[in-house]
Amino acid sequence: MAAQDTDIPQLAHPLEIPRLKCGAMAESAPYAASREHQEGLGFPGELLPDWKERALAKMEELAKRNRAFQVYLDTCVKCGACTDKCHYFIGTGDPKNMPVARQDLLRSVYRRYFTFAGKYFPKLVGARDLTEEVLDEWYSYYHQCSQCRRCSVFCPFGIDTAEISMAAREIMDVVGKGQKYCNEIIGKVHDIGNNLGLQEKALRATLEDLEEDIEEDTGISVRIPVDEKGADILLVTPSADFFAEPHIEGLLGYAKVFHEAGVSWTISSYASEAANFGLFIGSYENMRDVSLRIRKAAKDLGVKRIIFGECGHAWRVAYSYLNTLAGPWDFLDQGYPIPQHILEFTWDEIQKGSLTLDKSRNDHIRLTFHDSCNVARASGMGDEEGGQFEIPRNVIKAVCNHFHDMPRDTIKEATLCCGGGGGLLTDELMDLRVKGASPRMTALKEVTEEHGVTHLAAICAICKTQFSKVMPKFGYDMDSVLSVHQLVSNAIVLSGQDAGEGDGSETPENAPNDAIGEEV
Amino acid sequence: MSYQVNGHTVEHDEEGYITTLSDWSKELADVIAESENIDMNDEHWAVVNFLREYYDEYQIAPAVRVLIKAIKKEMGPEKGNNKYMYELFPYGPAKQACKIAGLPKPTGCV
Repeated sequence: MAAQDTDIPQLAHPLEIPRLKCGAMAESAPYAASREHQEGLGFPGELLPDWKERALAKMEELAKRNRAFQVYLDTCVKCGACTDKCHYFIGTGDPKNMPVARQDLLRSVYRRYFTFAGKYFPKLVGARDLTEEVLDEWYSYYHQCSQCRRCSVFCPFGIDTAEISMAAREIMDVVGKGQKYCNEIIGKVHDIGNNLGLQEKALRATLEDLEEDIEEDTGISVRIPVDEKGADILLVTPSADFFAEPHIEGLLGYAKVFHEAGVSWTISSYASEAANFGLFIGSYENMRDVSLRIRKAAKDLGVKRIIFGECGHAWRVAYSYLNTLAGPWDFLDQGYPIPQHILEFTWDEIQKGSLTLDKSRNDHIRLTFHDSCNVARASGMGDEEGGQFEIPRNVIKAVCNHFHDMPRDTIKEATLCCGGGGGLLTDELMDLRVKGASPRMTALKEVTEEHGVTHLAAICAICKTQFSKVMPKFGYDMDSVLSVHQLVSNAIVLSGQDAGEGDGSETPENAPNDAIGEEV
Repeated sequence: MSYQVNGHTVEHDEEGYITTLSDWSKELADVIAESENIDMNDEHWAVVNFLREYYDEYQIAPAVRVLIKAIKKEMGPEKGNNKYMYELFPYGPAKQACKIAGLPKPTGCV
């Protein structure tokens, strides 16, 4: 695999401006979607003879339909504020990974065909013809953007490269040049209900197994219900929570919190996925179809509330678009947020005092928190501004004694992407993923050196998988990444449980014994 | 893109996963393992066999946790753990072992 050859960037600090390496990432590209995966989503199976006309027609349609897209293309004044803000630029040094340069790959074509100056004086305004070489360049570099929107925070006009990257991917899809990873997965959601392709029988077997594990660990029977009609709450969570580590540990945490809160809840086998990769490919239609599964499940099961599990872009889609895509939600209980994040729910329960928490059960962990990009920059939590930063930290501090934030310019609204978001979490892009993770890993190393931080917690399925794969390349164990609700799960003392009874977590041999973490 | 086994050609995708699941055989597993630089021993086979049995029943690979639990039952705790699984299959028990077992690659945020 490519990762073996990756030259891991050695950064002096997380935001070090790299030496330019022109063309360094020109060969990076994900596998192309097959005919089957393309056609399954209503896209052409291969590059069409009239692809150029179709691409320009789509660009024109997008500029008309999406006002922001057109404003972003028209507005950039090349001030340079964004140039060093992308983790892929910092990690690769390839100047085409500067956000402004990434935007210009598409902007130059837009100018050529849709602006007066570009039509008549293309060279004067950096306008260029749309050719197959340009299309290939789009395919490469628009799959080196994780749509994390860090650059947009620093742009004086708020130009959002993610929107341009999504539009470029949509244009490529409609001319028959889609990406395998995203399109295969979206097809599985349409056919089966989740990214994994996990069918109801397998889902039930997995969850029964997890119920056994909880009972074995705690002596208490905690249910993880599926398709339970009449339950109050529908939990919609990424299917990675049924499959991967440390995701599953988080799911156990949600189940314990619901159990202790005494609410009735259920997972749906029909809408067994929170992730919505329709966002990554900029396809409104696919995003809507994925969201409508949640609506149907909520109606069929007769629930009153919808709660989302730990998934970054799912929360963006849910928080920002769910009403437009699949509303109105007038059949749900209007007394609760629609939708609600699991962290909002857990934080409410902690404040109410309904959870018994033993923080010392996480004493073998010195923790930091990675703000996931889509939660940090594209959503909120709770009633107060910045709740998406404070609520996860509040929950963590309620269950952990040792917590330290990474440097301020790498967290909250300035958070660095994990390096695997936006549809790039695929093995053939491992070289890019490792390089893109290097700023975040450098920030982590700083708190490891200063405060002895051993673990990093995240609230996104992509972040968790990405970190478990790349952390070993930066000197951490693969299990140094944790789910936030895994920490909750460790700390919860279930009603009826002997307080001294094991929590199922084992103290790692390398856990530091000296108490250097701050008391929180 | 194909494997050669006993004079037969077996097609695979860009990443080495076979495209027709019924093409799988024990001989093919050895060929795939070789291309992954894995020398199949009894422990590798125990994992591959469990994955195939599970897939037969559920049409998907098991969660790593379920796999580890099963191996733990069969071979004891010193082998039924994540670390040992990664020693057997350095690119991960889910993906690399699935490839050798002739199963589709698990997709999604995993």
